[in-house]
Amino acid sequence: MPILEIKNLEVRFPMRGGELIAIRDISFSIDRGERLGIVGESGAGKSVAAFAILRLIGRPGYISGGQILFEGNDLARLSPEQLRQFRGNQITMIFQDPMMTLNPVLTIGTQMIECLQTHRGMGRKQARKVAVEKLRRVAIPSPEARIDQYPHELSGGMRQRVVIAIALLTDPAIIIADEPTTALDVTIQAEIMELLLALCETHQVALILITHDLGVVSEITQRAIVMYAGRIVEEGPTRDIIERARHPYTHGLIDALPERTHPGQRLNQIPGSMPSLVDIPPGCAFHPRCEHVTDLCQTRVPGYTLLDHARVACHWVAAQEQS
Amino acid sequence: MIAFFIRRIGQAMIVMFVISLIAFSIQDNLGDPLRELVGQSVSEAERQVLRDEMGLNDPFLVQYWRFLKRAVKGDLGNSYFFKRPALEVILEKLPATVELVMGATLIILLFSIPIGVYCAINPRSWLTKLMMGTSIIGISIPVFLTAILLIYLFSIELGWFPSFGRGETTVLFGGWHTGLLTRDGLMHLILPSIALSSIMLPLFIRLIRSEMMEVLEQEYIRFAWAKGLTRKRIWFLHALKNTLLPVITVGGVQIGTMIAYTILTETVFQWPGMGFLFLEAVNRVDTPLIIAYLIVVGLIFVITNTLVDLIYGLVNPTVKLTGGAA
Repeated sequence: MPILEIKNLEVRFPMRGGELIAIRDISFSIDRGERLGIVGESGAGKSVAAFAILRLIGRPGYISGGQILFEGNDLARLSPEQLRQFRGNQITMIFQDPMMTLNPVLTIGTQMIECLQTHRGMGRKQARKVAVEKLRRVAIPSPEARIDQYPHELSGGMRQRVVIAIALLTDPAIIIADEPTTALDVTIQAEIMELLLALCETHQVALILITHDLGVVSEITQRAIVMYAGRIVEEGPTRDIIERARHPYTHGLIDALPERTHPGQRLNQIPGSMPSLVDIPPGCAFHPRCEHVTDLCQTRVPGYTLLDHARVACHWVAAQEQS
Repeated sequence: MIAFFIRRIGQAMIVMFVISLIAFSIQDNLGDPLRELVGQSVSEAERQVLRDEMGLNDPFLVQYWRFLKRAVKGDLGNSYFFKRPALEVILEKLPATVELVMGATLIILLFSIPIGVYCAINPRSWLTKLMMGTSIIGISIPVFLTAILLIYLFSIELGWFPSFGRGETTVLFGGWHTGLLTRDGLMHLILPSIALSSIMLPLFIRLIRSEMMEVLEQEYIRFAWAKGLTRKRIWFLHALKNTLLPVITVGGVQIGTMIAYTILTETVFQWPGMGFLFLEAVNRVDTPLIIAYLIVVGLIFVITNTLVDLIYGLVNPTVKLTGGAA
């Protein structure tokens, strides 16, 4: 029984001379305690999809269709006040850049306590105790002192730990993490990822991890979604995706990993670049860069071919499966 | 903190020195003080003798050095017209001007923050458009015209408020004449305060609006929404506190500038303050009084700026007040 189910989600941005469709026909679900990765290049729409779940897309973007079902509530149709009860409560978020995420003029404590006061109706003292406890949980040294400090007194890695502590405050069912380590030093990236993984496992929290790093996805998640030009092109168990990707785009991504080439050799790359959302090619959006392209790919958008525990949107894969 | 003050006092002394130099050097271009000082009957020869006695014929640097030596002892010379120490004459008029600026500041604080915040939160509402349009008009109309319009409407046509003077005043300790303690004094204060704030208020509304709109786009505000906080808390704590930081810096300087605007307001309302006195002094070529005025105003400027920096340091946790270049 999935805890969150997204059905045919579509997000549009009104532009001069027409609307831009940032993501279309996005459907996926996540079970309690499951860890799901969403991968793709920049501009594939993975962040838009993540933020759309809590209806946090920046203006003028809006959800133009689909459902976001969380425990039977359609978050896409709730009133702002009803939606607020879910935000930061059952579903919390971790943002990309910890330098920008925390309010510079409020103490760490203020920014933590307010969540508990808002969602749990706790008093200051009790909330503070919980906050200190969560800071200890994310391995912040001397949390009783740190809680009264301002964000600028903490390093980037420490700040991201604080953000993770905030995400854990209300014991959420789902954490959505939007590239939580991209802005950090490489040495700290692994630490933060391990921490996040450990916390999700011990607390049985579901994690939606947005990233462009296939390595991180393979270490953390159980299932992965690959997005291209605003659509899901492949979904399946993470190990299958990494070891035997079906979609030519996923193939290209995995081949491009540095581990796949010998030292001194040129890195593999997918020819061309992802189309801008303003002029997505007709048919399969990936066809101009695809080595298996046929006439069909240039005219018809591929539907999903269902495999065991997986699905792929590709005419070439569909043809292989039929034969 | 102590280092901050020492550095500030050093800066203030340099500023005051430059102001005194400028003030002192313009006096030769203002006209002949003797024309106002003595009657028509005094002959040119007698005038020359007087000039020599007053030291007006000495070279500029000699005069300035003499002035500086006395100024450090707090003696800015005697007013030609009042025949009394110029500083004393100015300081007598200080309370009237300070209360006028306070009145205008209060109006600005009370109205600019709520209106600016409203306009930032509801950028597309018709009320915002109306406010933005009106504020442009407010900025464009000169203070003296606003003042005359206010007098015409509220004093002459409606008769709600008195049109000139300070009304009844009471003396506080230290000889401070205040109009704030009597109903009559307060009634007299309202129109001049509105007139004085008429340029700064729209400026502040626009400043607060644009700052707040920028803050609302920040990632930490989006994170605050993601935390499920109430709109009230996001707008009035998370966003407003960040909005007010740059506003305090600009605002402090502007409040200093308002002292300059009091010249116009005080003239139209016959407000017995420093600005009014200054214009009279210019007309009478009362140079010691003019110089004293410029120095007192300069000092007020330096003090307000220091206060603003102090407040900024208190509000902004990322700023520490130190003696080093910050």
